[in-house]
Amino acid sequence: MNDIKEMRAVYCESLIELARDNKDIVVIEADLMNCIKTGDFKKNYPDRFFNVGIAEANMAGIAAGMSACGKIPFISSFGPFATRRCYDQLFISIAYSKLNVKVIGTDPGICAEVNGGTHMPFEDMGIMRCIPDIVCVEPTDAAQLKSLMPQIAAHKGLVYVRLYRKCSPKVYEEGDKFDLFKAKEISQGNDVTIIASGIMVDRALQAAKLLAEQGINAGVTNIHTWKPIDKDAVIAAIKRSGAIVVAENHNRYNGLTSAVSEVACEHCPAPVLSVSVNDKFGEVGKMPYLSDVYNLNVSDIVERAKQAIALKK
Amino acid sequence: MDSQKLSFLQDKAAQIRKITIEMIGRLGSGHVGGSLSIVDVLTDIYYNVGNMSAAHPDDPNRDRVVVSKGHAGPALYAVLADKGYFPIDNIKTLNQGGTSLPSHCDMNKTVGVDMTAGSLGQGLSCAVGMALAAKMDKKSYRTYCIIGDGESQEGQIWEALMYAGNMGLDNLTIFIDYNRMQIDGYTDEINSLEPLPDKYKAFNLNTLRVDGHDIAAIDDAIAKAKAATGKCTVIILDTIKGHGVPWAEDKGVGSHSFAISESQWREFCGKEKD
Repeated sequence: MNDIKEMRAVYCESLIELARDNKDIVVIEADLMNCIKTGDFKKNYPDRFFNVGIAEANMAGIAAGMSACGKIPFISSFGPFATRRCYDQLFISIAYSKLNVKVIGTDPGICAEVNGGTHMPFEDMGIMRCIPDIVCVEPTDAAQLKSLMPQIAAHKGLVYVRLYRKCSPKVYEEGDKFDLFKAKEISQGNDVTIIASGIMVDRALQAAKLLAEQGINAGVTNIHTWKPIDKDAVIAAIKRSGAIVVAENHNRYNGLTSAVSEVACEHCPAPVLSVSVNDKFGEVGKMPYLSDVYNLNVSDIVERAKQAIALKK
Repeated sequence: MDSQKLSFLQDKAAQIRKITIEMIGRLGSGHVGGSLSIVDVLTDIYYNVGNMSAAHPDDPNRDRVVVSKGHAGPALYAVLADKGYFPIDNIKTLNQGGTSLPSHCDMNKTVGVDMTAGSLGQGLSCAVGMALAAKMDKKSYRTYCIIGDGESQEGQIWEALMYAGNMGLDNLTIFIDYNRMQIDGYTDEINSLEPLPDKYKAFNLNTLRVDGHDIAAIDDAIAKAKAATGKCTVIILDTIKGHGVPWAEDKGVGSHSFAISESQWREFCGKEKD
């Protein structure tokens, strides 16, 4: 694997750096400090670190109260527990109250691997993006996360960060700059555009390469922020290629496929096909096995791209 | 507490009850019982022990009040209106479209409300967060949180109590409005909190208990809470749902939310006409 740093290492280093200048940044954990590795934050800022134990609802509420007093809490847990488990607290105590909290949900989709169905969120972005005014972002790799962290911290309001803790396949170069609210057009294609997020971006690039070998010109756009979605990027992709394949490590319902389709339907209808989890629960296994089970492989993207092109008028 | 101050506070509580009833009465119905049961503790906080003012509602050093049982908003609004946080005439808009006084407390709609509440069980965690923020900033403001007894059937309340107790949050004072009633009946019959004092003590909380309608006793308990260094205090307020309004008290469990006729509220408030 052409990996660099673990995402959690970048997350924690960025937080420590941001917290140096911004005294309002605090970290609250619910007994998974050792999984997301915020221990170094605790070492640097012991007065700004809290571990409430296994109590996600309380963690979210405490974050809301701290935010009401001017703090910027970063709270985290495994994806299902950072979202589903404390959804009403995120919705009412934080979002409805217009407070300023960053929620980190780790191990998205198949990245939960051997923790299995109880820990494998295919719906987290779907339920989170139903919260008004929220920002939902899935950083692609270490370089992108590093660029986005200051923007995430600076954005006032509820931000949900869907974070793969470990080494995400390298897509970008260290030092590359990203805008939290703008998609990254990695390559342009006239036949089809693959819109991808998270671990699926690398797979999309591999698929585009295979398609090119077959004479198909596929572009790849990385939509890291699912909400608010970069409508212009979606429209531009449709206008250029006339067909879209969305590749997401998430349930196709309410996820990136839905978000892209919402834009397409309203602004420029075109075939939007999906490489995603087809309304299934999670299960245990390693990534290659799970990619087979849920049809999230490079070959699935290639196949769907051809189908999308065939649907073009 | 000297008798003059006590007399002032008792009169104030009576006045707050009238404003609360007028507010709900003009609308026609609302959460009467649980609003009236917390009037006395609100009165002592806002007119006696609390450090907050209508002139500076956003003062970062003000004491915070979280009414976690957010449906008791009208009682809090009555206090805030009387204190001049907003014009008293606003009480006529309770729950009307576009109002700044919604059924449940909303920090973004009502000047003076420190925390949004209404989805039961959530406010106490927020109060814990406020108390922790004060400690982090080495500020001396205090946080007061009023929870309901029915609300205490929510698990999050106990998560928050456990953490408050273990963190020794001596700048947080929790009140439970122990009127022993909830929408569907008596708490003891639906899902009892007893033995309540033992539960709090087991959660490492300084546990006090007073008549929730005896302002002098409430005041004394708050003084004890302030003096309990290193301990978070919970004060059990033995209250009566609908207290101070005979026809609300008489409704018992039915006092939670009910319709008030115009003649009822006008007679209670001594307002024959506008």
